[in-house]
Amino acid sequence: MNIWLVMLLGGALTFGMRLSFIYLFGRFEIPALVKQALRFVPPAVLSAIIAPALFMPNDTLDLSWSNYRLLAGVVAILVAWRTKNTLLTIVAGMAALLVLQVVFR
Amino acid sequence: MNQTMKSFWAGVRAESPLLVGVFPFGLIYGALALSAGLSPAAAQMMSSIVFAGSSQFVATQLIHDSTPGLVIVLTIGVVNLRHMLYSASVAPYIEHLPMRWKVLLAYVLTDEAYAATIIHYEEEGFTPTSHWFFLGAGLALWTTWQVSSALGIFLGAAIPSSWPLDFAAPLTFIALVVPVCKDKPVVAAALSAGIVALLAYSLPFKLGLILAALVGILIGTVFENRNSPREVL
Repeated sequence: MNIWLVMLLGGALTFGMRLSFIYLFGRFEIPALVKQALRFVPPAVLSAIIAPALFMPNDTLDLSWSNYRLLAGVVAILVAWRTKNTLLTIVAGMAALLVLQVVFR
Repeated sequence: MNQTMKSFWAGVRAESPLLVGVFPFGLIYGALALSAGLSPAAAQMMSSIVFAGSSQFVATQLIHDSTPGLVIVLTIGVVNLRHMLYSASVAPYIEHLPMRWKVLLAYVLTDEAYAATIIHYEEEGFTPTSHWFFLGAGLALWTTWQVSSALGIFLGAAIPSSWPLDFAAPLTFIALVVPVCKDKPVVAAALSAGIVALLAYSLPFKLGLILAALVGILIGTVFENRNSPREVL
């Protein structure tokens, strides 16, 4: 399949999913339980992306001290917890990873 | 400045801390897409046609591996399934808008635009100009994504592979998740999703991500209803 066709179909599919419930809302009642469950969508989806990025940097579980991404991630989690500051969290996590990589190369 | 523009710029401002994490992600995407064999034009157009970071990374990898086109399209769909949940989540707040607004806002409904907008809706409630906030957040992200993709394509192989720029993406997500972990059901949802994501990592087509998210949502909901099951059923 042509690369442009792949992008157009993939883009149409993505746009369709983004529009789906925005378009359908009001045409049928969303159950209370579903509305309640929506609160958990962001923490669940994002945690499911975060965990492998920290614990499996090379596609296998790595709980050793040489897993710098896990250590830097813990630093970021602590900074996020204490400060609730997005920018500071990213900078602290990135700085921790860079320092670990340079010092323990 | 009128209320419309105030809301628009408030959206841009709310989005801007998240853009710090998006920018390096776009740089990496641009560089990776070129090295996977996409033309600069195709690499750049994917950022506005698909306009969804993690699925663009996955698609780039699959193109590099000469995967059949149909499999790439389906994989993009699976990786982006979560957008249906975002769509359901914002739908009640923009229900009253004309169709052209719904189409426009659906186009800019990305992870980061959703994150900034839903916090605004939940804290401030519904206001007559809040869809301008949504648009401001969405367009700020769109612009950043296009510019950073272009710069990544331009810089291409000049970026040393030892730079851990890709780590900016999970860091951004940490900065979003940790502050909302204010009650036990949310913590339970986040932890269970994280654990299932690790256990189910080897499932094909990133299905482990979808499974983990669904388990997290289920556990959070069950946890919340433990003490008051009748209220819901």
